[in-house]
Amino acid sequence: MKIEEMNRENEMIYSGHSACPGCGAALAVRFLTKTLGPNLAIALTASCWSIIAGVPPLTALKCPILHCPFPSAGSVGSGLRRGLNAKGMLDTTVVVLAGDGGTFDIGLQALSGAAQRNEDYIFVCYDNEAYMNTGMQTSSATPFGARTNTAPYPLFKEGQKKDIVQIMAAHSIPYAATATVAFPEDMENKFKFAKELKGFRFIHILSPCPPGWGTESSDTIELSRLAVSSGAFPLFEVKYGMEWRMTTPLEDKRTPLGDYLGIQRRFKDIDSERLKILQEEVNYEWELLQDKVRRSEILK
Amino acid sequence: MAETKPVLMQGNEACAEGAISAGVRFYAGYPITPSTEVAELMAAKLPELGGVFIQMEDEIASMAAVIGASIGGMRTLTASSGPGFSLKQENIGYAIMAEIPCVIVNVQRMGPSTGVPTAPAQGDVMQTRWGTHGDHPIIVFSPASVYETFYLTIAAVNLSQKLRQPVIMLLDEVIGHMREKVLIPEAGKLLVEKSSDNVPADWKPYDEKGLTPLVPFGFGHYYHVTGLFHDQYGFPTGDPPQVERALDRIHGKLEKYRDEIVLTNYIGHKEPRVVIIAYGCTVRSARAVVKKAYWQNRLPVGLLSLQTLWPFPDKEVAAIAKQADVIIVPEMNMGQIVGEVERYACGNAEIVPLNRYDGEMISPDQISELLGRWL
Repeated sequence: MKIEEMNRENEMIYSGHSACPGCGAALAVRFLTKTLGPNLAIALTASCWSIIAGVPPLTALKCPILHCPFPSAGSVGSGLRRGLNAKGMLDTTVVVLAGDGGTFDIGLQALSGAAQRNEDYIFVCYDNEAYMNTGMQTSSATPFGARTNTAPYPLFKEGQKKDIVQIMAAHSIPYAATATVAFPEDMENKFKFAKELKGFRFIHILSPCPPGWGTESSDTIELSRLAVSSGAFPLFEVKYGMEWRMTTPLEDKRTPLGDYLGIQRRFKDIDSERLKILQEEVNYEWELLQDKVRRSEILK
Repeated sequence: MAETKPVLMQGNEACAEGAISAGVRFYAGYPITPSTEVAELMAAKLPELGGVFIQMEDEIASMAAVIGASIGGMRTLTASSGPGFSLKQENIGYAIMAEIPCVIVNVQRMGPSTGVPTAPAQGDVMQTRWGTHGDHPIIVFSPASVYETFYLTIAAVNLSQKLRQPVIMLLDEVIGHMREKVLIPEAGKLLVEKSSDNVPADWKPYDEKGLTPLVPFGFGHYYHVTGLFHDQYGFPTGDPPQVERALDRIHGKLEKYRDEIVLTNYIGHKEPRVVIIAYGCTVRSARAVVKKAYWQNRLPVGLLSLQTLWPFPDKEVAAIAKQADVIIVPEMNMGQIVGEVERYACGNAEIVPLNRYDGEMISPDQISELLGRWL
């Protein structure tokens, strides 16, 4: 999609919000609100968006926002949805917005509970791969090999990034998908599709973070594109935990992971050995995903 | 104690350094403003000392991991602030009940709830006392400077080991983020108490006869650790006399060592008419007032600063109340410790609270203005 082709109607985010320049999360929420609005209620857990959403006396979004405690996003969303239902407000779309900490770590129990009960709302995780609001501490979404302030030099994050979509798919929810800001059309399609469904829907958005990742603010879209083309963050969707489908055309030749990591200062000290481990991990995950996609096609 | 190297340090840093000096080699935590620097420093320092730093998935997990590590024989620390400290409460109660040593740092911010994460407050005083349920004893230190933070953290670790009791370091945002000079003692000059030396052959984890050192798992004693009321072997019991005895036991050890635990400091006139009772960063403003009023102008004014908040310095306050006509209690909350002061003053002095809860410090001017009414 070219920028001039972009739908400029129904914008629900105001300019002048307090996100850092080049923030992937701000962009993601712009697409989210545009597609899911205007009748929208957002429950928001502690994250960068707690700050972006409004510096007094201004709000950044044209919809009501419920800022909830850190571990509670999944549960507050459940109560909000059922409360609105009981009051007959069935056409309001409820969205729970959480960062990677509020989804992968402290929010996982509430998220899992809501998914298991198949609560009727959309859970959106914008993933900037660390606790960026408190100054970049490791989360379980931080990739192996990255440096954070709780994994300072010469340490690095050990262990893989948690595969949250697979965890959500294992709850057999109606819809789970990945999206990122370099592919706005794909993201909007996923929001549109999710909006029409009933039950628990989960969308995982990779949102590059210039200050946290140590990149230029102008590189956000390029990073997001490289994450997809290298296979580090493939774009796909899963229906009912069974039907896996790639939503970007399958490329035979993926770009090397080094291109993606090379422009991020948090991977500055990564050596060839660790890069190789990471590349192998990406390759392996990619093959597993393709395998699931192939099997889903056979099942059809 | 030989104090040598003067170092410029942040309060949170002093807390981490103090803990390391006292032998803490295990830290489990979760990022939260304004305590995050403690975690970041522990992450940077512990691995090279052969210690363990784990970033946990949430606040509950951090507290629970600390309990596990203590039972494994480590000296442990975790740090948090308001909302995170609330989440830790159940596990803190467990550690008190099961007599597991650990130190919990709470760098207070403005609450309730998310509050103002970057503003100082002293609103958690009662939460440190009664945050977890049941009739429990607790030790809480509240440093008024970076220097005190360093030494009180060491005292906290040692006391926690000696008494097998969780100790809370109650900082506030001002002390946590302020930078000051600290005199670091030379290596080997610090007194670090070892609890598990000289374990008797007939060791029981919760001996009826009194305090016994903690023998970590893996050191030859098999015993149960539980949050249920338990007998001297750690087995659960609902037998009324044993239940009562168990509660007396955990309270009794603090009463026995009361004079080691309760730390206060008095400066000012020997026969004061007006005394300020303060703790944490408020002590600094009060000290400025006393400096001017007493040291320069020889007015009958004094300052009792409380390094220990819980167990409450009852005797000290009662003694001051007998001397003074008026006690001013400045606090950055709507009045928490003032109730305790009133209780132990027994009507011997007029108690005047001075509260500020807008996320700003109480200034010396505010205190002097109030003080002027009686001088």
